[in-house]
Amino acid sequence: MNQQTRIACHECDLLQQLKPPPPGGCARCPRCGAVLHRSKRNSLNRTLALSLAGLILFMIANAFPFLAFEMQGQITETRLFTGVTDLYHQGMWGLAALVLFTTIIVPAVQLMLMLYVLIPIKLGRTPGHLAGVFRLLQNLTPWGMMEVFMLGILVSVVKLAGMATIVPGLALWAFGLLIFVLAAAAAALDPHQVWEKVRYAP
Amino acid sequence: MKPWPPSAVHQSLIGCPSCELLCKAPARFDGQIRMRCPRCGATLHTRKPNSLARTWALVIAAFIFYIPANILPIMTVTSLGKTQSDTIMSGVAYLLLHGMWPLALLIFFASVVVPLLKLMILIYLLISVQLRSPWRPRDRTRLYRITEAVGRWSMVDIYVVTILVALVHLGNLAAIRAETGAVFFGAVVVITIFAALTFDPRLIWDSLEKNHE
Repeated sequence: MNQQTRIACHECDLLQQLKPPPPGGCARCPRCGAVLHRSKRNSLNRTLALSLAGLILFMIANAFPFLAFEMQGQITETRLFTGVTDLYHQGMWGLAALVLFTTIIVPAVQLMLMLYVLIPIKLGRTPGHLAGVFRLLQNLTPWGMMEVFMLGILVSVVKLAGMATIVPGLALWAFGLLIFVLAAAAAALDPHQVWEKVRYAP
Repeated sequence: MKPWPPSAVHQSLIGCPSCELLCKAPARFDGQIRMRCPRCGATLHTRKPNSLARTWALVIAAFIFYIPANILPIMTVTSLGKTQSDTIMSGVAYLLLHGMWPLALLIFFASVVVPLLKLMILIYLLISVQLRSPWRPRDRTRLYRITEAVGRWSMVDIYVVTILVALVHLGNLAAIRAETGAVFFGAVVVITIFAALTFDPRLIWDSLEKNHE
């Protein structure tokens, strides 16, 4: 890439030369203050490592119960997916779909697409349909709400604590870690470095 | 205020919304032709299509859904034969009465204040763009950025209902059901996220440039 790229700010449309920011710094639009580019150290390697860790944690978080509820000797255990099926059985299929989409489908698809993009790049190849896949990945971002779900777990625990005994499960710890790993992966990614790999005829 | 160079749109240039590549718009680009970014294939528009009309429609829809979301119960708790329905506000009141005020504050903020504030800000931005207001565009862009970022946190109440429903089903001893209010509330959150996505912050700056001409 040439050192200076001409871009239009995505928030105010100001034409400008994008100067690569110093390591760890970020370039902002002088007119509206939008962040144009954040420089990331070792971006692709870090994002790849964090996405792999994220995928493993995501599988653990889904496979095991994250909370158990004990009242007068009776115990119910909850996995991520049981919330969705219980809502569905109560006739709330819209809510079930919304929860399924935002806490399971989107995070899973995001992690897998990220690996699909980054592993070939790491091996020096260009993955097929890179542009379309990476564009989908960017468009999914607002709909992955794992961290909000984590807050929901905490609120539920406090709400039920007076009513019965709540036992945290293995998946809860995986969940807690997953939130940080996903946030770190998102922070480590420099999309410009991926877009530069896309071959095209201008 | 110092004059800025003209925006990309006045030089027949379009920044790709997805990969930020600067693309040349064809002469007399009026949105009738579908143009794609040569690098990533995203559809190019000088401005998001029908941004104002679409955002207005979504904001109004969200306001309409906001009413049943707050009036109707979001869940019913059955415990030892007693049945009690909770709306969002009665849930907050319950937490307050039981001394859990940090949690009450959190839920009140995420479920009541954030959606309402988000809608108010979007309405203000829509009106200020339609009136071609030149007033503090930088701060208005910042307001837009805030609405974009905070909306997702309103989902917390939906997740709490989901987790409670999944955890508490012990028949007559204790059971929790999700109710219609939660559906409307979920709809409000989704619609406001779409509303923030359809609004084009570049419109805030467009009216400014027209004033200079």
